[in-house]
Amino acid sequence: MTAPLIEMQDIEKHFGAVIALGGVSFDVRPGECHCLLGDNGAGKSTFIKTMSGVHKPSKGTIMFEGVEMNFNSPRDSMNAGIATVYQDLAMIPLMSVTRNFWMGNEPVKKVGPFTMMDFAKANDVTMSEMKKMGINLRESNQAVGTLSGGERQTVAIARAVYFGAKLLILDEPTSALGVRQTANVLANIDKVRKQGIAVVFITHNVRHAMAVGDRFTVLNRGKTLGTAVRGEITPEELQDMMAGGEELATLEGSLGGTV
Amino acid sequence: MTDERTKQVSKLRQAMIRPELGAIAGTILVFVFFFMIAGDSGMFGPKGIQNWTVVSAQFAIIAVGACLLMIAGEFDLSVGSMIGFAGIVIAILSVQWGWPVWIAILVAFVICIALGALNGFLVIKTGLPSFIVTLAFLYILRGLTIWLAILTTQKTIIGGVKQAAEGDWLAPLFGGTILKGLFQWFADMGLIDTFSRGSRIGQPVVEGVPMLVVWAIGLIIFGQWLLTRTRFGNWIFAAGGDAQAARYVGVPVNRVKMLMFMFTAFCACVFATAQVMEFGSAAADRGLLKEFEAIICVVIGGALLTGGYGSVVGAALGALIFGVVQQGLFFSGAESSLFRVFLGTILILAVILNTYIRRMITGER
Repeated sequence: MTAPLIEMQDIEKHFGAVIALGGVSFDVRPGECHCLLGDNGAGKSTFIKTMSGVHKPSKGTIMFEGVEMNFNSPRDSMNAGIATVYQDLAMIPLMSVTRNFWMGNEPVKKVGPFTMMDFAKANDVTMSEMKKMGINLRESNQAVGTLSGGERQTVAIARAVYFGAKLLILDEPTSALGVRQTANVLANIDKVRKQGIAVVFITHNVRHAMAVGDRFTVLNRGKTLGTAVRGEITPEELQDMMAGGEELATLEGSLGGTV
Repeated sequence: MTDERTKQVSKLRQAMIRPELGAIAGTILVFVFFFMIAGDSGMFGPKGIQNWTVVSAQFAIIAVGACLLMIAGEFDLSVGSMIGFAGIVIAILSVQWGWPVWIAILVAFVICIALGALNGFLVIKTGLPSFIVTLAFLYILRGLTIWLAILTTQKTIIGGVKQAAEGDWLAPLFGGTILKGLFQWFADMGLIDTFSRGSRIGQPVVEGVPMLVVWAIGLIIFGQWLLTRTRFGNWIFAAGGDAQAARYVGVPVNRVKMLMFMFTAFCACVFATAQVMEFGSAAADRGLLKEFEAIICVVIGGALLTGGYGSVVGAALGALIFGVVQQGLFFSGAESSLFRVFLGTILILAVILNTYIRRMITGER
């Protein structure tokens, strides 16, 4: 088994008197898709934000490639090779696909004394990277607003992969999507994993997690309820852990079925 | 993931989804209209053209700054007051204190850019809407301008700048004209009328291209280039499109907004300096309502009030429409108060058109 790419040890995060995370440990290996499950308010978002440098953990250590990290900003974690794709903040709809794809990493060329953005290169790379992900753009300067939700997530994933992410954090990429778009995004997650990139996949949908996940960690009220390996746990057990066990049992009685 | 349900987009529709579209149509319309009703009034003679070109150039100078700032997602309502303030600073320093005019101009620029930075700093640090922060500065700067003028001269108008600026090396950069030889040659060829009487007999009625116009064209080219061709331009769009999303991918959003506030202030100072040099005086009430006129130019030019979308060329065309209509109504002898009616109407129409175009781009319904 390969060494973990990132190891989060006993991460705690306090916001004033609120303990958002109370000692969460978690690791991801290269080429693995580690699903982070949990209900709303379980601390999933806070947890990944400590990983991506948005929040500084109150306690605990982050080891990335065996080195202890101290992220002060998203820029720091990005430079280390951690890319985060946020559910609704992935893309800017009014800007073209190319402009979005290169945002923050624009290629430049020198024309005389002027440094300009290299649109020829930017457009070519965007088109070919999109093709690899199975999206045929009509033209690279079409606005992202014309793409579907799944396509937008895919552009964001392609962007992260192109810019050399070693760890890709996906924040609920499928929660707002329809069935077919979800399937596409899941297929792309699989593609990315096979390239040796470590993927953290946040979701509250057990079926989406079971489809691509290698390992599953459940968060509940700021604590982990343990990590399970694929094949050793059933969807029902995961679902139970997410809901904290007892509440869901009573729900099931009156509803007849699983959520 | 091609979707067979998306219809092929026609070339026409594609061409229509441009921020400048409304402004281009408006410009054509306005010119045709005034050709028809004021074609023989001298509006399109050399003197007339100079007249509305200068007015349009004034609007364009502040519109370029307002445009880039609005695309970056912020407003500056203090532009008008800053114009008055910069003018009074130049006049006090050069006429009252007797400093060389070029130092007075440079000091005015430094103060204005610093005020722009202060605007930006407050907006970024407090997270308040720039509308409120710069509205405060609209009042603060106007009040300071009047107070400073009264304090130093007991008047709100300070004259004598022209005399002070004589022989100065920097002043002609704002108040002079260029291509005088070319225009004299045009006149000799009979292309431009010449004075037939008085001390300037034989000279063309339009002596050259005012520096104000040169500044406007320079700023438009710079703004358009910066916005559409550079990496920084991409950051401007990103900062206004979705500041948080931009931050997450490492765009220095605060720096972009700060620099745009400073650039807007720079444009206001260019306007103020050119005006002071042209009139030879500064007045505390200069620049009144200019902030709104700049915003109107930008909106006519197709920019969205919410940021993230727009065009410098569009804003420049907006300024041209503005100038042509304002002077055109004068040439055609129409009641000048109708200008405001026109302004309000065209503003509403532009915003409706922009909203529609935005829906087409983003596919919202």
